[in-house]
Amino acid sequence: MRAIVWARANLFNGIWNSILTLVVVVLIARGLWEVVQWGVIDAVWSAPDGRACRALSNDAGACWAFIGQWNRFILFGRYPYDAQWRPLLVVILFMVLVLASCDRRMWRAGLLAGMWIFGLAACFILMGGGVFGLAKVPTDLWNGLPLTLFLAVIGLAGAFPLAILLALGRRSQLPTIRALCVGYIELIRGVPLITVLFMASVMLPLFLPAGVTINNLVRAQAGLILFYAAYLAEVVRGGLQAIPTGQYEAADALGLGYWRKTSLIVLPQALAISIPPLVNTFIAAFKDTTLVTIVGLFDLLATAGNAITDPEWRGFYVEAYVFVAAIYFVFCFFMSRYSRNLERRLAR
Amino acid sequence: MNLSRTLTAALLAMAIVMPAWAGPTLDKVKKDGVVTCGVTTGLAGFSMADRQGKYTGIDVDTCRAIAAAVLGSADKVRFVPATAQQRFTLLQSGEIDVLTRNTTWTLTREGDLGFLFAPPNYFDGQGFMVAKKAGVKSAKELDGATVCVQPGTTTELNLADYFRTNKMTFKPLVIEKLDEVENAFFAGRCDAYSTDRSGLASSRAGKAPNPDDYVILPEVISKEPLAPAVRQGDDEWFDIVKWTIFAMIDAEEKGVTSKNLDDMKKSDDPEIQRMLGVVPGMGKSLHIGEDWGYNIVKQVGNYGEVFDRNVGPASPLKLDRGINALWNKGGLMYAMPIR
Repeated sequence: MRAIVWARANLFNGIWNSILTLVVVVLIARGLWEVVQWGVIDAVWSAPDGRACRALSNDAGACWAFIGQWNRFILFGRYPYDAQWRPLLVVILFMVLVLASCDRRMWRAGLLAGMWIFGLAACFILMGGGVFGLAKVPTDLWNGLPLTLFLAVIGLAGAFPLAILLALGRRSQLPTIRALCVGYIELIRGVPLITVLFMASVMLPLFLPAGVTINNLVRAQAGLILFYAAYLAEVVRGGLQAIPTGQYEAADALGLGYWRKTSLIVLPQALAISIPPLVNTFIAAFKDTTLVTIVGLFDLLATAGNAITDPEWRGFYVEAYVFVAAIYFVFCFFMSRYSRNLERRLAR
Repeated sequence: MNLSRTLTAALLAMAIVMPAWAGPTLDKVKKDGVVTCGVTTGLAGFSMADRQGKYTGIDVDTCRAIAAAVLGSADKVRFVPATAQQRFTLLQSGEIDVLTRNTTWTLTREGDLGFLFAPPNYFDGQGFMVAKKAGVKSAKELDGATVCVQPGTTTELNLADYFRTNKMTFKPLVIEKLDEVENAFFAGRCDAYSTDRSGLASSRAGKAPNPDDYVILPEVISKEPLAPAVRQGDDEWFDIVKWTIFAMIDAEEKGVTSKNLDDMKKSDDPEIQRMLGVVPGMGKSLHIGEDWGYNIVKQVGNYGEVFDRNVGPASPLKLDRGINALWNKGGLMYAMPIR
């Protein structure tokens, strides 16, 4: 009943608005219908190879049989086929870790730190093996979704503390520290992520002494941490600047030193204010990890890229990208919903 | 005066301390027990991961042959997927021992980048594909044809040059994306499609409604010799890579295959005896085991077997040997004598 009233007041309050509403409804319905027809009705769910799949769908529908054949490669890449329960477990463990850290009851520094150190150690052991009878798997076989999660989660978790220090440093009274922080932030923000990755992965090895090599994954991860830190620092600084001077003065009046003032009074408020831009940066950073493809790391998008070059399943670009996009969407949508939820609760 | 001398000394010291990785690769490979090769991030027939994550392809088999020669097992390999931009750095910095990544052998890559190329394991080049029903047998008959082509620095230019030299005209249909240019050709919007012949074959295998309806014309209008590369300054390792390829070609020429290998050990042909280590000496010269040639053919196969399996009739690409045939069958594959 209320819906009808609302619709009459907002969508059909005049001849032109009514016409526009109808036109838009028809367009949306047609668009949706096309998608449903392509993705569900005309879609082919199983076929022996790409040509058969095209023939079955008359080129009109999606060929999900391709995903059926290649999904394990897209998700886990070249990780040994029989041991792919390990990266699967790692993905689940990652999600449990993240979900658990989202619960405010878990928000105690010791508990969180312990959980993450223990959880990440478990992830590394599961992925890399070499102990507890697990076969050793070198990092160049850590591909697909686990790699994307590693890069994004460790990248952000590593960058966040660094970012807070940089933000505090940029507002410091000590000229040297301030200059260093400003210099770092401006330098990193002044170059594209691709450049940072190239420096880490292409230039750096040329400067290392002969025979010394640093793992490609470690280099890319370090590059991501340094890059994210500069961006997050500016977000945190925005939060810091929004804290009224009265808060600082009150803390001083209570006789709190710099670190206690910062950790008890300033940062909790500043971080709460910064949640929307922080999550914005998190989401952007998560998606930016796809750039590691150019330094030869097989992330989720790169494994999909390998899959679509299979001569037996050639040219199923749309299916592959829809599959990958759906995975990205789930993670990014979760982040944005959680941040809204968090904002509402912190505002109370 | 003093300063400039110090500077010169410092620069000299740096030059001594930091040469472009000139260590003995063979020692490193033996110590690690693995040959590390740079490969593509996915190119069917050359190096591509299959659904189980296993790499296959002609470049992959070249790498496995090197491992078989040096370490006695073709499985002692590690593949590093390299993008076009980072492949040379990976080799220069010593992260990979050999670059087997469909890389064209050019002068500047040897002179300026400091690499050495082993003999090509595949001679690629730009060609044409046409529908069989058009009845065209040679590119010389393509006068006035509409040719589908992707815009690119050399592909388009080669095409224009070829038609101009042969005093013919053509209408280019330039389409940016691979998927779309393939669709246009198979929908009959152009008479011919031109790109590297390996690329033509993979389009035909993957996108043609019926692959048998299309033929790749014999003409090759550009030179793309794809060869493995190693760093300069480690001649021992260069020799091993070079002679691994020669051994594969020679084995085919002598009719030695992975199937008849053990019978061939009894052969009277001195070249076969030397290659398979029946008469020792070759392995010693290369500083590797005498069974190097045997291991290559046993575990990987001769060049013909590798070709057929990855890009030839037994693969989806179905490329003919063309200029990759042996020298005595009209191709360019010629192995130096093993003696």
